[in-house]
Amino acid sequence: MPKSEPLKIDAVLDLPEGSATQAPTTAVNRGWGGTLEAWLPKLVVAPSFIASLVFVYGFILWTAWLSFTKSKMLPRYEWAGFIQYQKLWANERWWIACKNLLTFGSLFILICLVLGVLIAILLDQRIRIEGALRTIYLYPMALSFIVTGTAWRWMLTPGLGLEKLMHSWGWTSFEFAWLVDPKMAIYTIVIAGAWQSTGFVMALFLAGLRGIDDAIIKAARVDGAGTWRIYTRIIIPSLRPVFFSAFMILGHIAVKSFDLVMALTGGGPGISTDLPATYMYTYAFARSQIGLGSASAVVMLGGVLGIVLPYLYSELRSKNHG
Amino acid sequence: MAETTLDGKRSPLARALVYGPLILFAAYFLLPLVVMLLTSIKSMAEINSGNLLSLPTAPTLEPWRKAWSEMSGYFLNSFIIVVPAVAISTAIGAFNGFVLTKWRFRGSELLFGMLLVGCFIPFQVILLPMARLLGQLGLAGTSGGLIFVHVVYGLAFTTLFFRNFYVALPDELVKAARIDGAGFFTIFWRIILPLSGPIIVVCVIWQFTQIWNDFLFGVVYSSSESRPITVALNNVVNTTTTAKEYNVNMAAALLAAAPTLVVYVLAGKHFVAGLTAGAVKG
Amino acid sequence: MSSLSIRNIKKSFGNTHILKGINLSIEAGQFLTLVGPSGCGKSTLLNIIAGLESPTSGEILIGDRNVNKLSPKDRDIAMVFQSYALYPNMNVRKNILFGLEIRKVPKAEQEEAVQRIARMLQIEALLDRKPAQLSGGQRQRVAMGRALARDPKLFLFDEPLSNLDAKLRVSMRAEIKQLHQRLKTTIVYVTHDQIEAMTLGDRIAVLNGGEVQQFGSPDEIYNDPANRFVADFIGSPPMNFIPCEVVGSPSQGFGVKMNHEFGDFVLETGGDLKPWLGKHVVLGIRPEQITHVVSSRLQERGVSGHACPVHLCEPTGPDTLVTTSLNQTKVLARVRPDSAGTPGQTMDMMFDMTKAVFFDPDSGERLRFHLSQAA
Repeated sequence: MPKSEPLKIDAVLDLPEGSATQAPTTAVNRGWGGTLEAWLPKLVVAPSFIASLVFVYGFILWTAWLSFTKSKMLPRYEWAGFIQYQKLWANERWWIACKNLLTFGSLFILICLVLGVLIAILLDQRIRIEGALRTIYLYPMALSFIVTGTAWRWMLTPGLGLEKLMHSWGWTSFEFAWLVDPKMAIYTIVIAGAWQSTGFVMALFLAGLRGIDDAIIKAARVDGAGTWRIYTRIIIPSLRPVFFSAFMILGHIAVKSFDLVMALTGGGPGISTDLPATYMYTYAFARSQIGLGSASAVVMLGGVLGIVLPYLYSELRSKNHG
Repeated sequence: MAETTLDGKRSPLARALVYGPLILFAAYFLLPLVVMLLTSIKSMAEINSGNLLSLPTAPTLEPWRKAWSEMSGYFLNSFIIVVPAVAISTAIGAFNGFVLTKWRFRGSELLFGMLLVGCFIPFQVILLPMARLLGQLGLAGTSGGLIFVHVVYGLAFTTLFFRNFYVALPDELVKAARIDGAGFFTIFWRIILPLSGPIIVVCVIWQFTQIWNDFLFGVVYSSSESRPITVALNNVVNTTTTAKEYNVNMAAALLAAAPTLVVYVLAGKHFVAGLTAGAVKG
Repeated sequence: MSSLSIRNIKKSFGNTHILKGINLSIEAGQFLTLVGPSGCGKSTLLNIIAGLESPTSGEILIGDRNVNKLSPKDRDIAMVFQSYALYPNMNVRKNILFGLEIRKVPKAEQEEAVQRIARMLQIEALLDRKPAQLSGGQRQRVAMGRALARDPKLFLFDEPLSNLDAKLRVSMRAEIKQLHQRLKTTIVYVTHDQIEAMTLGDRIAVLNGGEVQQFGSPDEIYNDPANRFVADFIGSPPMNFIPCEVVGSPSQGFGVKMNHEFGDFVLETGGDLKPWLGKHVVLGIRPEQITHVVSSRLQERGVSGHACPVHLCEPTGPDTLVTTSLNQTKVLARVRPDSAGTPGQTMDMMFDMTKAVFFDPDSGERLRFHLSQAA
């Protein structure tokens, strides 16, 4: 005969021990307790699942739907086809925003990568004050783009900022009025953006450099390779994944750039520094063109996903199979 | 580069080639901060007569006083939004990470991938529906609404942080605890949470920085009563109605930057860990 | 203590079949080792016994109770993990007591248990330390202490010694065996180390490819392997497998033909190999059955001496492993160090065919035969 065991099912069910009906009761309730136990983890993640489903995927669909309507001040839900997209791509301001993003994005990424790698390599030469320097290079990442924009706006103010500094240092012919020059204003955003994000790229590459197996470098030394060759042939190629990550992240920052433009130029002079993000904000909220704003947001999403999804896919794949 | 070596021995020329650029870069990165500090303790007269880097002859705290009187309410608003939003999103992230690593079920990887996409979407694509929802919930223009938005769109990151941390904890810990008789919550409270110190610090710092520095949600969803400091700062700086008070602007900017800078200086190591972990492993 | 029955346990993920119908049972107080190469399904089986994974089909009975639907905490088992899985945030005392605390055992009993276990495992001095402050061997003891604290029906060990260095592993192995002899607990012990499996188990189940290859006592597993896999897996250095042709006749007795670069010979076998006459089989013979010649034994039936070329000598101390080659197959012999020959020359080796086994060259199944009537 099996000895009847007092079973603790779980906190919810606490059965009296040794009762005559215990065996069948526990058998039934055990199943129920087991079910709860199996469901508990799913219940815990359910709110996040629902939030993601509704507030990310649902809202994306909602916005997409709006972009196919004639919504202006108030959302309307009658299908209107691609009219907003036609309007968008016929709009010169949108083209300026896209061209600006291309200019800003490519320069921003390039400068951050070049300076970031350079500083990381210099910092990796067993520098005595490395800790202090790293702190200095990275602090801009702690700042809001609004603060960055405010500071650079002041420094680049023609007549008062850098211009005046150079004049008082004796370089009287120095002129720097990019901030108010519609042709050049976009480059001030590159300057401020790169200033803020270079330290981050440096940190990524420094971590990458520190992760390289010393034995490989020693082996290359034994093989007679010089420092230059070790860097160009071994170290930098082995940092390829870091380049890739940094590129993705910087690209992502560039597409999302909104605060920096708002604080530094406000999109001006005129509309010369508009980016898709500020374009969307202007049309959706300031100009009450909900349909057009939605269409621009959907195009932005398409751009980001086009870059990010292949990256995510490869990351998840390598994690599963690595 | 060719002159530098990977080992300690270095010629003076090589040293100069390494230290020179590093110090120049340091000056470049420090310049805006120094300019902000110097400008914020000068009078407008002195700003107009001197240059960016000229030292104040008569340092004054008046700009700071003025900035504080203008900004203190928004400063507080930011804290009212940031503290609960960080706490809630971190807590949810911890539970999600725990489930996604230690209680996997069919579809949990898919769920994680689904959540992860939330890290990457440009928020412009959800701005309009969320504005509508907040309006219908009566949360438009309130701190509560902003807290809600920050929690919802911070979840993906906090989940990612905790998942990547918990995935490195041995599964056997959970197995052992289950055999010892512990259930889901007991294992979380007694075993997992006590081990989570480092990742909680990283996650809290990350979320604090993100939410404090947020501008987009603030400018779209706040009203004058709930306006966070970044939005207020932008309004002050971009005002065209009064003469520009650069000294007050800089003091206000430094006020807006102060909390995250303090966190960075006090816990820089964790800050960097969060940046690299959150970004690279995405 | 309880007996354990595993009835037709299957586990698959989609089309991947991890376990293909496992049947094993042991009596209360027995020590079962599950041994096999990595990926054979042994850890999955252990997790299924523990309730940490559920089987696709089949039943687990602890005592007479079907525990299929019970969660791990209700199965009254304890488990020791390879990584020890000590709770890093708790000291040794708390680690040992965690299970009792969760089960709301009275404080006095808890204290008694911790004292008993600390004494038994000689970890009294470590009770207030955190796991990080312990050496590998000490962690191992604490992990066992945690399992012993609750006096469960069944102990499960998941490769508990594989993270220890070689020397410590041997001494902990002896301690586990001693503990079992003293406490007479029912134990299921998973290992990939065939020596551990042999030394510890009353019963051994050799697993491969999700199937039980053989289930038996250590002696049966070693001397009477069911197939080539078991013969190969158990024993170090492993058994020699020499493809060869069966020759002879029912009246003269049967043998298998061997050749090497200097000639050939026939190894006589005591068995009735008639069904395989003229066919190729695989001879399985352990290194210790090929030795230097002991002349007094040459009279024994099935023992014969032959000159074989020496290719390599590897002294291990007590004896030397001599590599030769028969039928183009590398063959190891275990000889007395002073009798080992010189590479490049030949030496006389004595083949003890009484324990030799034969396998089907294609299926690897054991060829069973009657001892022949002749001679």
